[in-house]
Amino acid sequence: MSHAYTPGLKVSEAAEFLRVRLLPIPGDVLVKQGEDVEPESVVARALLPGNVVTANLARLLGVAATDIPALLLVKEGDAVTKDQPIAQSKGIFGMFKQSANAPTTGVLESVSKVSGQAIFREAPIPVDVKAYVGGTVSEIVPGFGAHVDARGTMVQGIFGIGPEVSGEIVIASDDPARPLLPADVKPTHRGKVLVGGSVARLDALRACVQAGVAALVVGGIDAADLKELLGYDIGVAITGSEAVGLTVVVTEGFGELAMSGRTHRLLSDVAGRKASVSGATQIRAGVMRPEVLVPHEIEVIEKTETDSGYMHGGSVVRIIRDPHFGELGKVVDLPPEPARLDTEAKVRILTVALRSGEHVTLPRANVELVDERL
Amino acid sequence: MTQPIRSILATDCGSTTTKAILIELTDEGYRLKVRGEAPTTVEKPFDDVTVGVINAVTEVSELAGRPLVGEDGRIIVPQQGDAGVDLYLSTSSAGGGLQMLVAGVVRTMTAESAERAALGAGAIVMDVICSNDKRQPHEQIARIRHLRPDMILLSGGVDGGTTSHVAELAELIGAADPKPRLGSGYELPVVFAGNVDARGAVREALQDKTALSIVDNLRPTLDHEHLDPARDQIHDLFMEHVMAQAPGYDKLKSWTSAPVMPTPGAVGAIIQTVAKQRDISVIGVDIGGATTDVFSVFPSAETGEPVFNRTVSANLGMSYSISNVMASAGIENVLRWVPFDIDESELRNRIKNKMVRPTTIPSLIRDLQVEQALAREALRLSLIQHKDFATELKGKRRARDISEAFAQSGSGDTIVDMMALDLVVGSGGVLSHAPRRVQAALMLVDSFEPMGVTKLAVDSIFMMPQLGVLASIHEEAATQVFERDCLVPLGTCIAPVGTTKGGRPLATVTLELPDGRREITIGAGDLELVRLPTGQSVRCRIEPSKGVDVGHGPGVAFETEVEGGEAGILLDGRGRPIRIPSVAKERVAAIEQWIRNLDLYPRESR
Repeated sequence: MSHAYTPGLKVSEAAEFLRVRLLPIPGDVLVKQGEDVEPESVVARALLPGNVVTANLARLLGVAATDIPALLLVKEGDAVTKDQPIAQSKGIFGMFKQSANAPTTGVLESVSKVSGQAIFREAPIPVDVKAYVGGTVSEIVPGFGAHVDARGTMVQGIFGIGPEVSGEIVIASDDPARPLLPADVKPTHRGKVLVGGSVARLDALRACVQAGVAALVVGGIDAADLKELLGYDIGVAITGSEAVGLTVVVTEGFGELAMSGRTHRLLSDVAGRKASVSGATQIRAGVMRPEVLVPHEIEVIEKTETDSGYMHGGSVVRIIRDPHFGELGKVVDLPPEPARLDTEAKVRILTVALRSGEHVTLPRANVELVDERL
Repeated sequence: MTQPIRSILATDCGSTTTKAILIELTDEGYRLKVRGEAPTTVEKPFDDVTVGVINAVTEVSELAGRPLVGEDGRIIVPQQGDAGVDLYLSTSSAGGGLQMLVAGVVRTMTAESAERAALGAGAIVMDVICSNDKRQPHEQIARIRHLRPDMILLSGGVDGGTTSHVAELAELIGAADPKPRLGSGYELPVVFAGNVDARGAVREALQDKTALSIVDNLRPTLDHEHLDPARDQIHDLFMEHVMAQAPGYDKLKSWTSAPVMPTPGAVGAIIQTVAKQRDISVIGVDIGGATTDVFSVFPSAETGEPVFNRTVSANLGMSYSISNVMASAGIENVLRWVPFDIDESELRNRIKNKMVRPTTIPSLIRDLQVEQALAREALRLSLIQHKDFATELKGKRRARDISEAFAQSGSGDTIVDMMALDLVVGSGGVLSHAPRRVQAALMLVDSFEPMGVTKLAVDSIFMMPQLGVLASIHEEAATQVFERDCLVPLGTCIAPVGTTKGGRPLATVTLELPDGRREITIGAGDLELVRLPTGQSVRCRIEPSKGVDVGHGPGVAFETEVEGGEAGILLDGRGRPIRIPSVAKERVAAIEQWIRNLDLYPRESR
């Protein structure tokens, strides 16, 4: 039996996670190599060039662009305040002079002799990059930031929304197959990372927002509820900037889907610890999955099958499309020859033994590796 | 005499899959030998596109039974005995392809010409900034800063015209000081293709802040578009700057016998080659996971010259963007193609699950039918966008005759004439891998609604990108493989346009089939298929009823030759636009009838 390359989601109790934390433009790095950092620690800071505001002085004064330099009251590079006169026309016999005023407070950056356009730069905008995860600074990227290295439990989800947050893990439902109900969400969950069950419907999601829950980790979510929560439909899976007041990590998919037993167990094992959670998902061009990272002491880094990405006989897989969507099974055969499906499509297939003992034949594309033990 | 090229290996590094084909010179000319594929590896843990290339080539090598990869891990070029190939070429759309920002002075004139140049070069156009786009300069600057494109194309002004507007645009770009999407250590490439008199001002504004290059004006006069220099420059910069930032591309670049082309640019190249060689009007469509590209070549109504257009519907695709197809088309439009009732919430979840696990494929017939319904809508919406873009040059001065004045036609009319269309070529998994070819034929007909007599074909195994790049250096090999191995003829669609009274048929079609003459009447709402194998063509007389047009004018009968294919001759009396019953029960009954008539899906599923 051969093997096949099949990406999967990482779920490990002993993973190493290195997060590269960089500024978008050069700035100051505020940490040192070897330093311990918390999720909230500022790693690097930069000043983004301020916003730009323009004013066409030639049009405002009714003169040719080439005449503008002689009419300026301030020099390029000078600081200006909003409404300060910056250029004045000569008028007629010294009368009827027209003025052009600064449209904002900042610096007069340039004035074009071709178009007559003046460009004003507002005050720089500070940008901070935080550590996001509690760990150790393992490498400095001069002028940009640092690598933060940590070890512990790592759970990748399939889809998420919302920004990076951190909080203490609380298990809201002991049963990974039970839906999360609004009554499960308590006022004491403010700022926490709540681990739910098979699905969080709209009322439960809203209860989380209302209670100030930092992040919710749940097996499934209904597409219609997500649309209702966000106020719009997500058309392309690029997320992370949603501002609904809750970061959500969906571990299995859309619909009601029991959270994988291993995921639930690993998160239960770290209940009470501080987790870093990101909802950012990008399926295309630089795949990024949402994640829950819980740093803690580990002795040996676990090497899992999903790390290799290669599936072989005995590999545990999750079926990720109907029929049998969500079920786990063991690979029993990976025939090299393509075979015909019910649809008559000829594709590469595999045979999976389900937990029930039933053997099913599926397209290879419809399974993903999981670090579960059966 | 130089030795002919004996073998060619070409890869296309897509965002998900890297596809490799091996072409060999045989007694019959150049033919496809084998193909292989492997997941693209620009992401972690590999971070090197050549890993996926070598995996795909290794599969090809195994299937061809001869070594193509040397012990040093490189593709063996040139061919030495049985090992290696004489040419190795590649296209790429991995890492999000080429993402460009376009700027021009007037939206419908120079900015539109610039957009056409960028799209023709194979780019995804992220935004079009122009002097009259109703945004304030500071909003435009904020947008430029936010986008982080791979490249900017700046145009504006006809040669000798005013320079102030284009100078102003250059100053806005300079003030935004945009950073490239990939890599922070290099300057953003900016191509200026505008008024020659503005070059000095543009240099002053951008030379120190960007990697500025200047080429001929793409709209030297209002009546003339000159896109090639800008397109060529975009291709060069794509390789030099953009791809050089992507993981492994430096290595890939050193392996290829010609520059790596952006995938859509290569597809456009082969479509143009075919239109030119056959002297026909063509629409090509490539429906991918994230985007749908539409290419067309139609003659300009004014000059008669063939005009190439390409559009990218950036968020209409069958996996990453599938959820957006649903959002853009509306659930009713998707469901009208589905021959069964389905719970709306279940459908939404199913589509979102495909979005987050984009590589899965339908293994149930109903799942396949839902995906094909979504494909119809993605294709339909993409063609609407294409028609809006593929127009005569706007802002052109021209004399109108009296008939044009009455017809209210003018500059800016679409040149996409579905009645004049000769050939539709479909590409992309949902079309090329449709289990039955007749499914692909009907998806193309349902979404594009060709009128009159139109040939249909699909790209058998997504070979168009590789053949496009091959056409740039070996046109003969590219066209031979395109005709013999790439293009799969599906057949011909005959679609009368118009209505009749009193239940009279729309047209009568008489086919001189190999087993005898067959006369078929096409009634309103009918959809029939006459099998005619690939390679056969038959005489056909078409007699439309009064007021009905099949290509030669209302009520005008004519004779023509129609070609068969893997589907056959499709006789479509469903009207233009296609009329589908709005009541669910009647809709399901109508679709089931069409499925039966065309033998569209396996029998046990119905």
